[in-house]
Amino acid sequence: MSAPIIWIVIPFISGLLTLLLLRERVSPLIAGVVASALSLIALIFPIDTALLLGSISIKISPSIQFFGRSFTLTTADGSLLAIIYGLAALWFFGTEASGTANRFVSLGLMIVALLTASIAVEPFLFAALLLEIAAMLVIPLLVPMYQKPGRGVVRFLIYQTLAMPFVLFSGWMLAGVEASPGDINTTVQAGTMLGLGFAFLLGVFPLYNWIPMLTEEAPPYVAGFLLWALPTFTVIFGLGFLDRYVWLRTSPQLSSAIQFAGVFMVVSGGIFASLQKHIGRMMGYAAIAETGLLVLAMGLQSSQVINVTFLILIPRGLELSVWALALSVIRRKAYSLRFSDVQGLARSHPMAVAAITLSHLSMTGFPLLAGFSSRLALGQELAGQSLIISFWVFIGMLGLLVAAARTLAVFVMAGENKLWELNESWMQMTMLGLGMIGLFILGMFPQVLQPLIVNLPALFDHLGQ
Amino acid sequence: MIIEIVSWIAVALILITSTVMLINRDWRVSLGALALQYAAAFWLVTRHLPFVMGSAKLITGWMVVAALGMTRLSLSAVEDDKEESSLLHGAWFRVILMCIVALVTFGATTRIDTVIPGLGLPVIAGSILLIGAGVAHLGVTSDLLRVILGLLTILTGFETLYSAVESSILVAGFLSVISLGLGLVGSYLLLAGSTPPEAESEL
Repeated sequence: MSAPIIWIVIPFISGLLTLLLLRERVSPLIAGVVASALSLIALIFPIDTALLLGSISIKISPSIQFFGRSFTLTTADGSLLAIIYGLAALWFFGTEASGTANRFVSLGLMIVALLTASIAVEPFLFAALLLEIAAMLVIPLLVPMYQKPGRGVVRFLIYQTLAMPFVLFSGWMLAGVEASPGDINTTVQAGTMLGLGFAFLLGVFPLYNWIPMLTEEAPPYVAGFLLWALPTFTVIFGLGFLDRYVWLRTSPQLSSAIQFAGVFMVVSGGIFASLQKHIGRMMGYAAIAETGLLVLAMGLQSSQVINVTFLILIPRGLELSVWALALSVIRRKAYSLRFSDVQGLARSHPMAVAAITLSHLSMTGFPLLAGFSSRLALGQELAGQSLIISFWVFIGMLGLLVAAARTLAVFVMAGENKLWELNESWMQMTMLGLGMIGLFILGMFPQVLQPLIVNLPALFDHLGQ
Repeated sequence: MIIEIVSWIAVALILITSTVMLINRDWRVSLGALALQYAAAFWLVTRHLPFVMGSAKLITGWMVVAALGMTRLSLSAVEDDKEESSLLHGAWFRVILMCIVALVTFGATTRIDTVIPGLGLPVIAGSILLIGAGVAHLGVTSDLLRVILGLLTILTGFETLYSAVESSILVAGFLSVISLGLGLVGSYLLLAGSTPPEAESEL
């Protein structure tokens, strides 16, 4: 069997079958098991290497041909697949606790399969098409059938659709730049188009206005999944560009542009988060700030670029899933996530409030939590390049910290006579508890990620070498 | 020579249909114009792609029009009234907007032809017109159907241009899937909110 069939076709068909055949209560479990199994297979069985199990020899071939183009997953992709499907399993297992509709897991599996296809397709440029298809599959999740679509979802659709032509056409132009590197005009045009494409895809300042709108109007769990899945694969796609084209990697102008974009996202995300009165929007701005950190990591002129980027990406999946799950639990009780509606909920929903606070603090890079080690590594690299950028990143993180303090203050503002009680279900408490333990484990023992991260630089031929 | 003339007729058709879509507020006329626009784009696409691949794009486009049309037809008459009330509001502004798009196209076509030779002037002019009209459309509306029409117009323009530089079947297939997906997503969003929560849980 070939790797693309295992990690693209099987999850896609599983998602489709889950959507069509399975009942509401079973499907999250099945989808979670499928994703976990795919993650374990990626960890245990190296791609394109023969393994002897008793008398049976097993070898997963790396590629398949599809309409004249190849989809290839190499040995180096193993760790990445394990991370992706592991985090996806986390999201799917939490579906039942979040009370999200059945189709989340089925469409979620299909989306993850399509996004995996985006890292496998050759030439890698065509990933833009798969990212767009995945973005369109998210729409039915974001807008329940009984709810009028808000402005956020429409803007999301517009921005993702506009991104694809820019990226595809810039890729075509970049090939021309490679052929004649002295042509400054073409180089500038290709660079601008590429920059615009990724600005739309990642929601770079000021094109991220759909994110807080979406986290306000859409189910928090789905919005969180979207904010995890799409930027993760877009960053990998972006790293592919930097790896493939030498002049992009070595251009000081582009490096500065990436750093400015990242700093703007971190600072604006942090400051706007501190001014919000809606905890859903706050999650949106925190995600923007963290995407800014990813952009900054991509712009590092260092051999650590891959390690730092993935050190941010992995805890992001856990932080967002715990945060979004806790928001879903609270939304079922409070209906709205405005400060006025969630005031004093710490006494009635202590687990959910603790989960929101911890994941928020983790995103600020609070010590002992999952985000700390990645911020430390990024800060160390940035400080070596520019103290001014480091200062602004600190300001952005401070904004997030203020937002966390404000949220906590609102949650604990309960009447004196209100008693402490646990209103979360056992399933919600288990999932939130496990998530919070995970945040502490990744914070206190970040070396547990080392086996997963150590092989990731091999994904790229030049970056991080 | 005849082919060149037909190609320029296709460009003129694109200009007319884009302007009609931008100015006219009746969804039936707009969808009819979109269907004609796909036919014109089909001709330009087949300048560089085989007839079969061009036909696939045309059929996909018409399927999108049919999906959007059927969805819109099933919506209440209140929506029609809302559209009619805004009829002719800013019509001249939209005409001027299309004139600007046409002027930009006129100026950019020869320059692009110099940078990327071999595409053909009608193909470049047609695609720039479509992209410009789509962007103009997105800029002046927040109505969901019109947003989808704008996005489809941009996508058609891009497909026309990109088909001249990339003839991969996989890309053509994916672009068709995206067009169809955009139509279906548009239909879904148009229908969303018109179904009570009870019916949703049964789906």
